[in-house]
Amino acid sequence: MLKILQTRLHQGHRTTKFPLEIPALPERFRGRPTIDQAKCSPQCQQCVDACPTSALSIVPVENGATKRELRLDLGKCVFCTECVDICPTGAIAYTKDHRLATSTREDLILSGDQLKLAEGLGQQITSRLGRALRLREVAAGSCNACDLDTNVLNTVGWDLSRFGIAFVASPRHADGLLVTGAISENMRYAVRDAYDAVPAPKIVIALGACAISGGPYAGSPATHNGLGDGSILPVDLFIPGCPPHPLTILDGLLRLIHRIPKG
Amino acid sequence: MSEQLPRWLYLRQGVAVDEAAVPTIASEEFAAHVVAMRGRGGRISSLFARRLATDALRVYCLLAFDADSTLAICATDLAGANPSYPSITAHWPAAQAFERAIAESYGVTPLHHPWLKPLRYVATDNGTPAPWGKFDPAKTIPGDYPFYRVEGEEVHEVAVGPIHAGVIEPGHFRFQCHGEDVLHLEIVLGYQHRGAQALLLHPNATRSALVAETIAGDATIGHAMAYCVALEGLGGVSVGMRASAIRAIALELERLANHVGDLGALGLDIGFLPTSAYLGRLRGDFLNLTAEICGSRFGRNLLRPGGVKFDIDTALAEKIRTKLEGLQKETLEVLDLMFSTPSVLARFEGTGALTRETAEEIGLVGPAGRACGCPRDARSNHPHGIYQFNQLPLATETTGDVSARAVVRWLEVQRSLEFLLDILTRLPEGKTFAPLTALKSNALAIGLTETWRGEATYVAFSDAAGKVSFVQPKDPSMHNWYGLALALRNVAISDFPICNKSFSLSYCGHDL
Repeated sequence: MLKILQTRLHQGHRTTKFPLEIPALPERFRGRPTIDQAKCSPQCQQCVDACPTSALSIVPVENGATKRELRLDLGKCVFCTECVDICPTGAIAYTKDHRLATSTREDLILSGDQLKLAEGLGQQITSRLGRALRLREVAAGSCNACDLDTNVLNTVGWDLSRFGIAFVASPRHADGLLVTGAISENMRYAVRDAYDAVPAPKIVIALGACAISGGPYAGSPATHNGLGDGSILPVDLFIPGCPPHPLTILDGLLRLIHRIPKG
Repeated sequence: MSEQLPRWLYLRQGVAVDEAAVPTIASEEFAAHVVAMRGRGGRISSLFARRLATDALRVYCLLAFDADSTLAICATDLAGANPSYPSITAHWPAAQAFERAIAESYGVTPLHHPWLKPLRYVATDNGTPAPWGKFDPAKTIPGDYPFYRVEGEEVHEVAVGPIHAGVIEPGHFRFQCHGEDVLHLEIVLGYQHRGAQALLLHPNATRSALVAETIAGDATIGHAMAYCVALEGLGGVSVGMRASAIRAIALELERLANHVGDLGALGLDIGFLPTSAYLGRLRGDFLNLTAEICGSRFGRNLLRPGGVKFDIDTALAEKIRTKLEGLQKETLEVLDLMFSTPSVLARFEGTGALTRETAEEIGLVGPAGRACGCPRDARSNHPHGIYQFNQLPLATETTGDVSARAVVRWLEVQRSLEFLLDILTRLPEGKTFAPLTALKSNALAIGLTETWRGEATYVAFSDAAGKVSFVQPKDPSMHNWYGLALALRNVAISDFPICNKSFSLSYCGHDL
């Protein structure tokens, strides 16, 4: 017993002060990318060709002098460095901004240095849920990284329960699903069953590149390219990344339940 | 017997051999040929089939001889629709999952396989029926399967999954119980199947590497390392010592994070909360050190064929080393508390034990194998790169129970920490990256890495044009899931969580 108390004393208090303070992120952390259209040279499309998940595209636009725009789909982006490394003009760069969650699939398309971050849930559902959020996690063709960095939120470092958020065992006890993975064909029924078992009104969170677009597994005949097209389940919150940092996940969850200042 | 036996090609990882040099054995003799090597210290590292351009099927068996630090490969050709051959499993159960995968994916019948059933619930590559019938996409889902049943008074069945209670991957467990005691556990997987193997041949090389990194995302570095070494073998290059050292640093950080996390989770499953709380936090601190190197807590984008994409300069090496010194003290104090608490030991000792005999029979690898006394660790048995110079002692135990699997991790945590603290003070000089240029044509090469979970094996082939034409990945979980099923026999069902956690296997790595 004395040893337990002694260890407790040495370990100290370890919970982050988030959201009052943002915990320090590693120097090489890759958060929200930015695109500087002015630097993007016409005719060049090396980044588009290099991108492993076809997240980059060049679309024609009518915007003053420029006739084209480079767009980055964060729902497909795996936050590797291929585009940044190959761009001859430095038009694409990573910031350390961890905030990435959006309310719609379209909001994940980035063309500048701003992202329309997620809105909280509507008043009707918020009044039903109160200040708490109970989620059932479903991994469906994931690599386990998104799942692990979700689980991390339950550690003393993040202490998820202080925000009234908890992961529950049964979908019947849940307010919604948090889904990871590209939706493997072999999990399709189970995902649907879990969703049907959640009492209405219910929410769905798509976590990670796989759950949004299929990620590295997009186009595989064994998966359904995630939930992004809305054909399997409707999605209320998109949290991109491969995998998203726990801070990004927590930021998204807190935005959903109005526990974080807008912006 | 020895005059017959040289029909193996001996090789080591990271060095390409001519594909045509792989000896082919008549299919009727294949199983006997493989099983004969068991008595000479061989163990199955990988067993897989590959469709040839002629439409024939070639089955390869890769054996590892741990004591001799060598690998050996041979093959057999199967022709015609729905071919068959005498199974290896009938004599050596270690082949059971591999032969089920071959049967499922190519419609082959391994004759006298004692329990031939689907592994991942996928269709065959050319639409021919599997030995148990044609694949029906409308019906064939994992779990839609006649489970083995024990019948009798007071015998009951418990079904769990695919969706489990925690934040974990999907799989189905079917227990046959008598009261609290588990008579039999049958594990059905395949839910996480994403078609990963085909995507390893994606024309975008970064995409293929990403797939290797995410075959089991919690062992990103381990899988990426085996994949890279195999491809570098085909390219006829081996990376410099600096790149190799950075890979090893990332691999040991990955081992630390996962071992520490698993030990914490074992604490949680027996209700000893101090260690689960502290180790859960410390696991994150190790992941954050990987993020200091490459920006990703899981080591994404660090390893690529040809080297590493991020360097560790002197300042960063010192920063990581200083943090590790602090973490070493904190981690070891918590583990010391855990392993000196009688109530913890009482729950671990004797729970879910496997004998060394069983471990060899089913081919256990990683900490689960070492816990049974099998001296098997690719870092010391088949060292590559920096591990040839900076060696880690092999950690083994004898009792094969939850306690042994925990103690092996405890020892490995200490040794990985010492390895890191040492190597960070004297990183070799040199280049960190040089892209692969041309690959050898019609060659094959092996990559073998001791991930935190056990041995990951990649076998890569190139075609006549020098393009990667086939890659066979293997996660250690392919060997070890069966070990978990056997460990549960005559164990109380309430001990399933700690048994499961003490194996800590990958669903997606198994399902591909």
